[in-house]
Amino acid sequence: MVKFTVEDHEGIRQEIEAPDDMGLSLMEILKASEYPVLATCGGMALCATCHVEILEGQDELGEATDAELDQLENLPEYFPTSRLACQVRISPLLEGSIVKLRGEDN
Amino acid sequence: MITTDICIIGAGPVGLFAVFEAGLLKMRCHLIDYLPQVGGQLSEIYPQKPIYDIPGYPEIKAQDLVDNLMDQIKPFKPTFTLGERVDHLAKQEDGSFMVTTNDKTKVHAQVIVIAGGLGVFEPRKPALENLDHFEGNGVTYMVKNPETFRNKKVMLAGGGDSALDWAIYLSNVAERVTLVHRNETFRGAPDSAAKVYDLANNGKIDLILSANLKELGGNGKLKSVKLEGKSKEEITIDTDYLIPLFGLSPKLGPIADWGLNIDRNAIEVDTRDYSTGVDRIFAIGDINTYPGKLKLILCGFHEAAIMMHAAFKYVYPDQKLSFKYTTVNGVNSF
Repeated sequence: MVKFTVEDHEGIRQEIEAPDDMGLSLMEILKASEYPVLATCGGMALCATCHVEILEGQDELGEATDAELDQLENLPEYFPTSRLACQVRISPLLEGSIVKLRGEDN
Repeated sequence: MITTDICIIGAGPVGLFAVFEAGLLKMRCHLIDYLPQVGGQLSEIYPQKPIYDIPGYPEIKAQDLVDNLMDQIKPFKPTFTLGERVDHLAKQEDGSFMVTTNDKTKVHAQVIVIAGGLGVFEPRKPALENLDHFEGNGVTYMVKNPETFRNKKVMLAGGGDSALDWAIYLSNVAERVTLVHRNETFRGAPDSAAKVYDLANNGKIDLILSANLKELGGNGKLKSVKLEGKSKEEITIDTDYLIPLFGLSPKLGPIADWGLNIDRNAIEVDTRDYSTGVDRIFAIGDINTYPGKLKLILCGFHEAAIMMHAAFKYVYPDQKLSFKYTTVNGVNSF
């Protein structure tokens, strides 16, 4: 299990614990935790409705991939620390990170 | 005014297949979708992605499934209103409905089927003060008729394929085209990007890179747009139109105002017939919810079949419905 913190649109933070051995994505855990993430395309990095910002822990998680940037670039606003949650695996790399929900879609 | 038996709101895979199920029961359908093409998410978001859980198809590309569905429903001559959003449903005295779109298209139908998927794909909007004042007064999110922009000054914002394609197209129509993009480079189709650079080098368009939209200017009607560069420097550019092109995002939209029971952006239905709480309005596919709901295309197909059998009594109140197999009766076109 890994623990990380999620900050919602109101700025409220909550620690989340998630299994790191089930091949889940951060998007799936956010949805399962009842956060308002649309994830229109279901996790194919094709819609950018699961836009998050990695406030802490980006060094471990790395930057957005090309597939993510293709989508992020279409948004009215994104940040150097932006990711698509569907492309972030739940793994020990997430331990201790802080993830902020972004985007007017969510 | 368009008159039909069944008005289907949403022309995604489930809305399309619903036409087939209605057709077998001799009910005619008119479909309305806000996207300019049929196919819903499949055509808009992932046309080239393979789908593996359509019964009978070990693998099928999303757009091929849509094309096949269009072939399958052809015998039943469905009609379409595309690029328009259904804004109002008005119940008539006889129980039927009058549907009105944002472009004032009217459709009279005995039954309404909401197959709206995730809702209406609305354009994403930049966070600008007074944006709503200028919408329709210079700010637009779609190029419906390019002639609107003939001999006008047009600013496009965005870096995706649609921003590139429209910048290229409008460079031959508008008096002046300015393309504003927040980055140094384009990630869109390399051919389109190369063309845009060419046009910029030849002075056919003004290309402003590493800049963001900052402020809209004008009194009632858009006159200028203030941009902010990387090092916070500001420039103001005179323009008649601003077209922000930041992709589409689904919103429930006007469906929320039709008196239906909504739970977390989905319409609650009775699984016996996928009826909503409102007489003669049904909801099928991703837009509905019920205990055990799975958002799968194949589940939507199932819902469409059951729902259309339930709708028969409203279209043919004096007839008895007899269930028939296509293997026995074939497909009898209209």
